Amino acid sequence: MKRSVIVDVTARLILPSALLFALHLLLSGHDRPGGGFVGGLVAGATIALIFVAGGMDDVRSVVPVRPWTILGGGLAVAASVATVPILLGNPVMDNWKLSMDLPLLGDAKISSALVFDIGVAAVVIGTIFMVFEAFGDEEPPEFRGEVRPAPGSGQRPEVES
Amino acid sequence: MTPWIALPAVLPLLAAAASVLVGRSRTAQRIIGLGTLTALLGLAVRLLIETDRNDVMTTQAGGWVAPLGITFVADRLSAIMLLVAIGMFLAVLVYAIGQGDEEARHVGFHPVYLTLVAGVCMAFLTGDLFNLFVAFEVLLVSSYVLLTLGGRLAQVRAGTTYVVISLLASITFLMSLGLLYRATGTVNLADLPAAMEALDPELRRVFLLLFLGVFGIKAAIFPLFFWLPDSYPNAPTAITAVFAGLLTKVGVYAMIRIQTTIGPDDTVVGTVLLVVAALTMVIGVFGAISQQEIKRILSFHAVSQIGYMVFGLGLLTVAGLAAAILYIAQYIVVKTTLFLTGGLVERASGTGHLDRVDGMLRTRPLLGMLFLLPALSLAGVPPLSGFVGKFALVDAGVSSKSWVLVGVSLAVSIMTLLSMNKIWAGAFMGEPTANAEATSPLPTAMVVATGVLVAVSIGIALGAGPIYAYAERAAETLLPLAGSSAP
Repeated sequence: MKRSVIVDVTARLILPSALLFALHLLLSGHDRPGGGFVGGLVAGATIALIFVAGGMDDVRSVVPVRPWTILGGGLAVAASVATVPILLGNPVMDNWKLSMDLPLLGDAKISSALVFDIGVAAVVIGTIFMVFEAFGDEEPPEFRGEVRPAPGSGQRPEVES
Repeated sequence: MTPWIALPAVLPLLAAAASVLVGRSRTAQRIIGLGTLTALLGLAVRLLIETDRNDVMTTQAGGWVAPLGITFVADRLSAIMLLVAIGMFLAVLVYAIGQGDEEARHVGFHPVYLTLVAGVCMAFLTGDLFNLFVAFEVLLVSSYVLLTLGGRLAQVRAGTTYVVISLLASITFLMSLGLLYRATGTVNLADLPAAMEALDPELRRVFLLLFLGVFGIKAAIFPLFFWLPDSYPNAPTAITAVFAGLLTKVGVYAMIRIQTTIGPDDTVVGTVLLVVAALTMVIGVFGAISQQEIKRILSFHAVSQIGYMVFGLGLLTVAGLAAAILYIAQYIVVKTTLFLTGGLVERASGTGHLDRVDGMLRTRPLLGMLFLLPALSLAGVPPLSGFVGKFALVDAGVSSKSWVLVGVSLAVSIMTLLSMNKIWAGAFMGEPTANAEATSPLPTAMVVATGVLVAVSIGIALGAGPIYAYAERAAETLLPLAGSSAP
């Protein structure tokens, strides 16, 4: 595909700050506006940005994991936060909190709500990624060398990969 | 506080996540799906026993006390619905694995199916109207995906209708919730009866009708049923079975909940329900008689039969409610079985169209039995489970002196028998046509799953006494609890 220098450079400039903002939303979600869903959306928007700049190949090279792994992993984390307390005899989605004194940051708290939010963010990112994976390619997926119609049987013309 | 009652709502989600992660291996997905549903079945049995001992069990999500927290509640009605639903999900999953079509082709089948299970379980266990909305959304979003798996043109077209109707219902639901919260300050089902008392009786009735309308769309009652016979038959067979057998009944369940919570003594709404019930029965069965394809006939019956359940609810008596609960429980089994058998016929002959298949009884006698028993049961022929349900309903109707409704329901039963006879005569009797020849054996898993469901429905007929007693206790918890707050 044809690349545009302006879009390319802008995307590279915006990318780190957008990701940092997503992280900020995710972490501050516990007591201020934000949270896993919004953070995930902003992080997902960066995927859209990379896609606009460089197409699906760029997205795949920037994000090392496959979309369904992100989605499944996130759902597993979120569902575990809900389920594990029940197995321990506590109410569903029961909260736990871990306070510690970190150098530089001072008093830091990690609660199960944050873990849940991280799971939610991963589900959102995974879903957005999957949408691009499904619709973003210029050629239909079966022509990417995975399933190739046998010569002669073709309802569709064969495409060089 | 009994935390474990929330487990059926979250465990399937965890399993869905695992199912996504092992997406490459269909065998692993199958083990996860079957294992989770078996575990849930065990939980549902435990819930059935324990709710009978304790009446009502609750747990608060995150330990936050209601009305701030989200309450999970299990009573006898939830327990009986949950048990039947999970039993269906398990049987249909076995059937789908045996069939192999969409289940084998799509990596997404198992995760989405498990998410659907989570949504249905959450709907039965929630004690909070807003959470009921969430549960509906979870199950609807999964159903959108399952309905269009395969992506055939007819599926996408039917799916569009279904999505638009469902979204319309969801928006109405959400707006009604907002109004209710503004008016009463709570959406917790346990707090609502007391909070509603402060309201004007007319306003109370408006709320009741709003919610009944919303759930009526999901339950496909007259005149809100038009989307169902169009969208359901186009889904993969196993999915149609779950949708027609179960999803509309989640709507009926919600109608029962809302009616007993905020309008247990509203006889005006009760009468409206009775009229709607009669029309639903009649129009549904007329639709069924005029169809020529097995799945479409059965879909119209799904509408018609909803009328019977609403009939039981509309009587607003313990006997009527108990009959409705018994009817739902047995009907879910019977209807799912019929769709599964319809799928077997299509599998065996390549078509579900009655003009193009004949003489299946000669070539596949077992299939004939698998169809005959639930079909007669649906029509209410003794001693099958449909008879037990209809008998309880008619009995309740007679003691409430609803003669018209009793007459209509009996007439509709006869017409149901007529249209079942149409499938019987069309597909099973006569000389075998070429495509009815028993060329290839049907997959064992499909036949076994259908057979087990037929056995379960016979079991319901045999154990009708204790099951009706249980349903009656369920109805007693529902009505006096809400009735105590009556003005």
